[in-house]
Amino acid sequence: MKQAFRQSMAWLHTWCGLVVGWVLFFMFLTGTVGYFDTEIDRWMQPERPLAAREAPVAEAVSLALRRLQQQAPQAERWFVGLPWDRNELDLRVFWRELPDAEGKRGRSRSESLDLATGEPIVRRDTGGGQLLYRMHYVLHYMPTLVAYWIVGICTMFMLVAIVSGVIIHKKIFRDFFTFRPAKGQRSWLDAHNILSVTALPFHLMITYSGLIFFMYLYMAPVISATYGAGEENRQVFFDELFERNDLPDRAGAAAPMAALAPMLSEAERRWGRGEVRFVDIRNPGDANARVIVGRPQDSPLRASGQLVFDGVNGAFLKAGDAVLSVPKAVRDVLLGLHEGLFAGPVLRWLYFLSGLAGTAMIGAGLVLWTAKRRGRREAAGRAVQAGMAVVDRLNVGTIAGLPIGIAAYFLANRLIPVGIDGRAAWEAHAMFIVWGAALLWAAVRPLGRTWIELLAVAAAVYGLIPVVNAITTDRHLAVTLPYAARTGDWVLAGFDLTMIGFALVFAVAAWRLRRRLPLSGVLSLQASRGIAAERAAEAAE
Amino acid sequence: MAGQMRDSGNVGASRVGGTAAYRLAVLSRIGAAAFGGYAFAAALSILISRVSATPKAEAVLTATMLSFALYAGAILWAFAVRTATRAWVGLAVPAAACAVVSWLLGAGAVL
Repeated sequence: MKQAFRQSMAWLHTWCGLVVGWVLFFMFLTGTVGYFDTEIDRWMQPERPLAAREAPVAEAVSLALRRLQQQAPQAERWFVGLPWDRNELDLRVFWRELPDAEGKRGRSRSESLDLATGEPIVRRDTGGGQLLYRMHYVLHYMPTLVAYWIVGICTMFMLVAIVSGVIIHKKIFRDFFTFRPAKGQRSWLDAHNILSVTALPFHLMITYSGLIFFMYLYMAPVISATYGAGEENRQVFFDELFERNDLPDRAGAAAPMAALAPMLSEAERRWGRGEVRFVDIRNPGDANARVIVGRPQDSPLRASGQLVFDGVNGAFLKAGDAVLSVPKAVRDVLLGLHEGLFAGPVLRWLYFLSGLAGTAMIGAGLVLWTAKRRGRREAAGRAVQAGMAVVDRLNVGTIAGLPIGIAAYFLANRLIPVGIDGRAAWEAHAMFIVWGAALLWAAVRPLGRTWIELLAVAAAVYGLIPVVNAITTDRHLAVTLPYAARTGDWVLAGFDLTMIGFALVFAVAAWRLRRRLPLSGVLSLQASRGIAAERAAEAAE
Repeated sequence: MAGQMRDSGNVGASRVGGTAAYRLAVLSRIGAAAFGGYAFAAALSILISRVSATPKAEAVLTATMLSFALYAGAILWAFAVRTATRAWVGLAVPAAACAVVSWLLGAGAVL
């Protein structure tokens, strides 16, 4: 019975992983890259000054207010995001106009402002790191809601695969120290196990919290059972949960705004100098104006403390707690851990490496699927099935092809002329066209060769990135390295160096396969078989 | 043993699979896991949100966050039991029971 249980869990694990493995690979890789979203933003906008400008909080806020007053004197909401750390690179304003006569929600807009002039910043049109990061949950080329559902279903598969994987894993700790290289299928299993076990808490956290982000969608019946169906009722739930309904509605009578400087200095007095993340003004210019000053997030708790002021007389009204209730705090910590916005450089790299481990775990699992079946079939003297060949092609086309696509995204950022229409969209098109080409290449070439070829291409394109960067911009290593040494700001130099690092990793992988050195048994076995078959064919001609 | 597995459509015994009956049993089991499991997880979560002593919004949040663990557990269970029929019954009956009790507890609310 116990044996049968483990067997059925093994079956479940295998098929859960295979069916959505490539989507999960995409989600994990783009999400992992997203841990460096603003760093990538900086690199993809070489027009930015090398050093971020700084300004006292009050000065930055008054610049922002000037812009808001000018652009949206009649607004329901003004929001000022301050560039206080890596998560927010620019002084950002956002506004929502008043609802129209029929009560339809007003238009909203967002702008990044120059801290020196208060004018909107004009830079190249790029999706930047944000687009790449958003792809892991909105995918691309489809309506957001469709993407949310696909992502949710795949995440549920992932959760089931993780739990069933732990169950079938009898010797979780011993396997941690077991790696048998160059043993074909065994090596892939070991690699899959090590990657899974080392980062298991990360995998579990990232998967479960991923579901929590969109739980109101995926588990809508649980909320509507109490609050009733529909968007309006759902908002009632959120209002109660976030205690949002204690802000007054618009009075409709104009009133001059109180000065913000005293509110900001009160916030700085409580939290420390410069420790202001945002200023959120509701009903600006109205008798019922409220000003909410937000504190930076410095822990995994995603919520932050807030101060609420009367926007007309400037009186301090209340301090909003970051922790409103235990369940909400649990949710906030889960979401905060997922996003990792609080992480400094060391923890951020750990996040990145854990994400890569997850990506590699999925990749190794996918390769293991065919390796195992091929071995079994060959031992039984049977031919390789068509389905297996499809999996093989999708594996190489995605595991090697998607990283090439991402490199193409970076290269497109430098190579597409600045100022042409739809520039940002074409950066993303470049990524998917190149990935598509890799899949096509994998479909028509001999399998063993394809791994070597695509890994070599990956090495070449990642190696090209710093070169193309040097040719097309003045933000290259000769500039950014001395700058980093002088200031300790390694973001731009770090980007190019990381690309070189990836180029080396891909090059070593391709080279070892080519030399038939044991990168891992199956890969080299596949490669050598493919090559042997081709040589035999050539010799026959 | 193998014969019994064929009859039961136990998914672990894939090597005895391949027959139409086996495939149908697997398909049915997937249906039970996906839909029966969802119904069970949602219904039990609703019940949890009803009986929880915390304020309404907190109770609903707690139950919703738990629901994915319940769903995953239900899916695993659906694949572990001997037959697909058992998976369907084992998920549908508790789901219905939870739904009825929740409805009685919160008469009038939309389910």
